Amino acid sequence: MNYLYCAFIELLAKYNFPEGLALIIFPLLPFCILALGLLIMVLFLVLAERKILGYLTQRKGPNRVGYRGLMQTVADAFKLLCKENITPSGADKFLFTLAPLIAFIPVMLVWGILPYNAEFDLMSTPANLIFYLFLAFMPVLGIFLGGWASNSKYSIIGCVRAIAQAISYELPIAFSLLGIVVLSSSLNLSQITLAQSSVWGPAKWFIIPAFIGFIVVFISIIAELNRCPFDLPEAESELVAGYSTEYSGMRFALFYITEYSMMFANAAFIVVLFFGGYLSPFGGYLSNIIFGDSLTANILVYFEQTFWFLLKTFVILFLFILIRATYPRLQSDKLLKLSWTILLPLSIINLFICMLIKAIGGAM
Amino acid sequence: MSRMKLNLGPQHPSTHGVLRLILDVDGEKILGCEQVIGYLHRGMEKMAEGMTYLQYLPTVDRIDYLSGFFNSYAYVTAVEKLLKLTIPERASIIRVLLMELNRIASHLLWLGTYLLDLGAVSPFFYTFRERELILNYFEKISGQRMMYNYFVFGGVRHDIEYVNEIMPIVKTIVEKLDDYEKLLTDNPIFISRTKNTGVLDREEALAYSITGPNLRASNSHLDFRSQSEIYKKFEFKIAKAEAGDCFARYKVRLEEIRESSKIIYQAVDILLSSGGEYNTGLNPVNLNIEAGEAFADVETPRGLTTCCIKSDGSGTPYRVKWRTGSFYAVQILPKLLTGNMISDIMAIYGSLDVMLPEVDR
Repeated sequence: MNYLYCAFIELLAKYNFPEGLALIIFPLLPFCILALGLLIMVLFLVLAERKILGYLTQRKGPNRVGYRGLMQTVADAFKLLCKENITPSGADKFLFTLAPLIAFIPVMLVWGILPYNAEFDLMSTPANLIFYLFLAFMPVLGIFLGGWASNSKYSIIGCVRAIAQAISYELPIAFSLLGIVVLSSSLNLSQITLAQSSVWGPAKWFIIPAFIGFIVVFISIIAELNRCPFDLPEAESELVAGYSTEYSGMRFALFYITEYSMMFANAAFIVVLFFGGYLSPFGGYLSNIIFGDSLTANILVYFEQTFWFLLKTFVILFLFILIRATYPRLQSDKLLKLSWTILLPLSIINLFICMLIKAIGGAM
Repeated sequence: MSRMKLNLGPQHPSTHGVLRLILDVDGEKILGCEQVIGYLHRGMEKMAEGMTYLQYLPTVDRIDYLSGFFNSYAYVTAVEKLLKLTIPERASIIRVLLMELNRIASHLLWLGTYLLDLGAVSPFFYTFRERELILNYFEKISGQRMMYNYFVFGGVRHDIEYVNEIMPIVKTIVEKLDDYEKLLTDNPIFISRTKNTGVLDREEALAYSITGPNLRASNSHLDFRSQSEIYKKFEFKIAKAEAGDCFARYKVRLEEIRESSKIIYQAVDILLSSGGEYNTGLNPVNLNIEAGEAFADVETPRGLTTCCIKSDGSGTPYRVKWRTGSFYAVQILPKLLTGNMISDIMAIYGSLDVMLPEVDR
């Protein structure tokens, strides 16, 4: 990071800015990159989902706005910005406005926690895994408040479902993560990533010892994201639009952005925990092979790591979309039953397996 | 959440029209249900009293716009009974062929929308893709995709054309049906949502005058096709299931598509190998109908449809009465829904294949 900092100071000095300014601006830059990345990611994730769903259902998806429909979501976002924000007459106006913000703000933080490469790791505190779990739960509070404040029966049923679902799926996730923590002896996402590195590429990825944990986390995260087949809080055939029934305009857009950016963040979270995060799947890095051990290679490695990180995340995201195209929705009572009677015991079994592996590994 | 009244409809994404359900819910559990119909009432029966027999003919397709041929058939046959007209052999085979094609199209639409109600998006597009083949064929022969107005008193409007195209269409559909089964029949989520939900036993179904696939899924073999004169020439089995739940209704409808395809194969064979008149050549404008009463019934995709006409000898019907299957399916809703969860409403309601224009007429 030091040479980047030096290069930045030099750049500012060239245009006669004081050095103090660089000191203030430099730490903010990564967050600006992140915010920009989030916006672009959400816009194109929505488009990607619509396109993939289209091709899976014998359609072409959006293909009118921009080159092959690339600008479709941009146009949609612009439309939502221009729309009137309607507040229902019986609604709690303060909470109704606050709820989308409560849902949206943690998302930015969640994006900051993830290690995108060895350097771009903004909030690398010793226990940021727990911080992540806490923040990933926060959007549900926004959903709950929004549904409650709407003063609509459909919204209330939707938000109660959301909270019941979030509570019961938080536990299997937490128990499965304990297995990972045991395996890596760390609560830091970067450390967890590095614990999976080996010269054999995927050989030490945690999906191999904690396969059950992966299945449990994968299912629970889909449920936590309120995505099909667990999209009960917004089941359009039963509850019209669930918690967001009364929302319109930018407030609705905030819920929408939250949903999709959490989808990316959680997919990335799965990658960090089970697929070696930003580590190359081939052991060595391509830039090191081509450029040797030079400065160019050292910089390129970071980009390569980000590339692998994003590639793995997109594979998980594609699985999410594929599942949405395949399955019908679960019933609300069976949803909770699945969590408490199947996933929770499985995650505890997974914890024991992980401990056993760790103990055998330690003894050897 | 304490006890509350939840108003579902008449504008709701998945009531397939304008049904209103006033639900008495405790949390997610349904304690009571009251159904309100009539939002799509067009006065189909009263309308007939101000029209000549011919003028009323195009409107009957609109009673149930997903199975227009069946309504046409019931009306036309009733009028033919009043006229004491026997229709040519070829015309009745054409009618059977088109009605069975229409049954397949209707069941495909049901399958797609039912899965959409359950939250699966893709099957909707797949079934509509196949249904499109049938509708395109209907458009070729009658000029219309849904409101055909193809049956006339004494036969059909034109001799049937492009008969060779039917076989490939039906073959494709039956092949794709296996794909749907792969996607759905063993799908654990689909099974958990449909098995043992909305169980309708045989006695109750008969007491409520439920007919059609809904009744046959409840361990009954009552199918009015087996008693119908025009189906005598064809060999087919009556699809039947025993459980009476949503899954049984799904199985019965899929089985019916397969059986209909068999009837279609036989009908196409007859049509290709023999000729004959397709119409009696009756002038439909000045019908000389004596005073009297006649009724005709037909097994539609949604149960028994009966058209009863009373004539007073003038040019217009004195009274026309329709009996449609969906009307009775709506009546049983409170019984099936009470005690279930909110997420079961659409699974149960969708599985009954209620068509609201047919309920309200």
